Amino acid sequence: MNNNVLSYSVQFIVLVLAQVLVLNNINFLGFINPYLYVIFILLFPINNNRLVFLMLSFALGLTIDIFSDSGGIHAAAALTITFIRPLVLKFCFGSVYEHNTIKFKNVDFGAKVIYFVILIVIHHFILFALEIFNLKDIILVLQKTLFSSIFTSILCLIATILFSRKT
Amino acid sequence: MQQIIKFFLRNKTFLLYVFLLFIAVVFTIQSHSYHKSKFINSANYVTGGIYNSVNNLSLYFNLESQNLLLQEENARLHSLLSTPNYSTSLSFISDSIYSGISYKFTPAQVIKNSYSVKNNILLINRGKRDSIKQDFGVITPKGLLGIVDQRSNKFATVLSILNTNIKISAQLKNTNHFGSLMWDTKSPQVVQLNEISKIAPLKKGDTIVTSGRSVIFPKGIPVGTIQDFRLDSAENFYTIDVKLFNDMTNIEYVYIIENVDKTEINSLLKPSNE
Repeated sequence: MNNNVLSYSVQFIVLVLAQVLVLNNINFLGFINPYLYVIFILLFPINNNRLVFLMLSFALGLTIDIFSDSGGIHAAAALTITFIRPLVLKFCFGSVYEHNTIKFKNVDFGAKVIYFVILIVIHHFILFALEIFNLKDIILVLQKTLFSSIFTSILCLIATILFSRKT
Repeated sequence: MQQIIKFFLRNKTFLLYVFLLFIAVVFTIQSHSYHKSKFINSANYVTGGIYNSVNNLSLYFNLESQNLLLQEENARLHSLLSTPNYSTSLSFISDSIYSGISYKFTPAQVIKNSYSVKNNILLINRGKRDSIKQDFGVITPKGLLGIVDQRSNKFATVLSILNTNIKISAQLKNTNHFGSLMWDTKSPQVVQLNEISKIAPLKKGDTIVTSGRSVIFPKGIPVGTIQDFRLDSAENFYTIDVKLFNDMTNIEYVYIIENVDKTEINSLLKPSNE
């Protein structure tokens, strides 16, 4: 238990620092940035206390917000994907999830990609909708969501492949 | 009563979600209005400290270009000094109380730059202990940069000109037609100057400077040159695309401007109660 808390705290800090110091400055083609920190929410263990999980993701989003002076946009987006994660899990993994035996290490790769992409697109849509905060620029919101989602999804998949422990 | 408690317990996840979402949305709305993001800003001990130590490293990579910028500025100031009929104090008053200075400049360093989102905010390494206050102007050696927003003891955030929440008064250099600078979020090199009257003589390449109509910036701080201009839909005013002198993606050394006479000017401008 203690070991878990420690490893998730380290993950939290490393992801926040990587996000604000490196990934926020990529600006690929002017505006496309990956938001890798969502991987913390995507890969969080299933059998958790949901209240703690909600507060953790709120804290994660708010930390990113404080660093990047963006109000509460990351907090709202992270919170929302945390809240709807059980639904998406059920949709993507079906019976495996119902029986509470899911382990991200050994699920079907295709199902994992779909699970990642759904949550990342929702996260990015909320993020950019709140950042731009104007119905007139809905095209811009969708455009940013599309490009950044592709970038984030690829990066998240690479990260899971690179850092998955073969045991 | 028991029913209510049961309801809360049953829906505690949803209620917590709604509560936290509400907080996040409040912070978001605050960040979209001028000088309101009091709690969520990077001018604090932890974030400022981290950005500062990272900047201490990355500083070395653009030393050369920053040195060139400073040298250019020195050259310009030297040429101003050696112009024979240039004098700083046209009406010199011999008085020990009146110093003749109306603007104070404080050098500072940008430790976090941002130019790709809609509301760009920079972080500088001066704060309350350097007596920096809200609404001080910030310029670079080349031109206008922004306005000080929130500050902590050692750090302060600056609303960059690339921020949809601020408007800065600016004018044409050769005539006195003035308007307000805003950003349409399209390109970090180009800002828009609105409300320039239709009869103003415009030419591509003309210089835009600050107008000195607000108490924040002195008159004549360079902003940029006219890239393009068009009449607005009502055909009364020009909207001008201004190409900034600053390269907003490469900013390191800046000056904070304090208007010493600000309180006096504000008290004069304030409508009297009578």
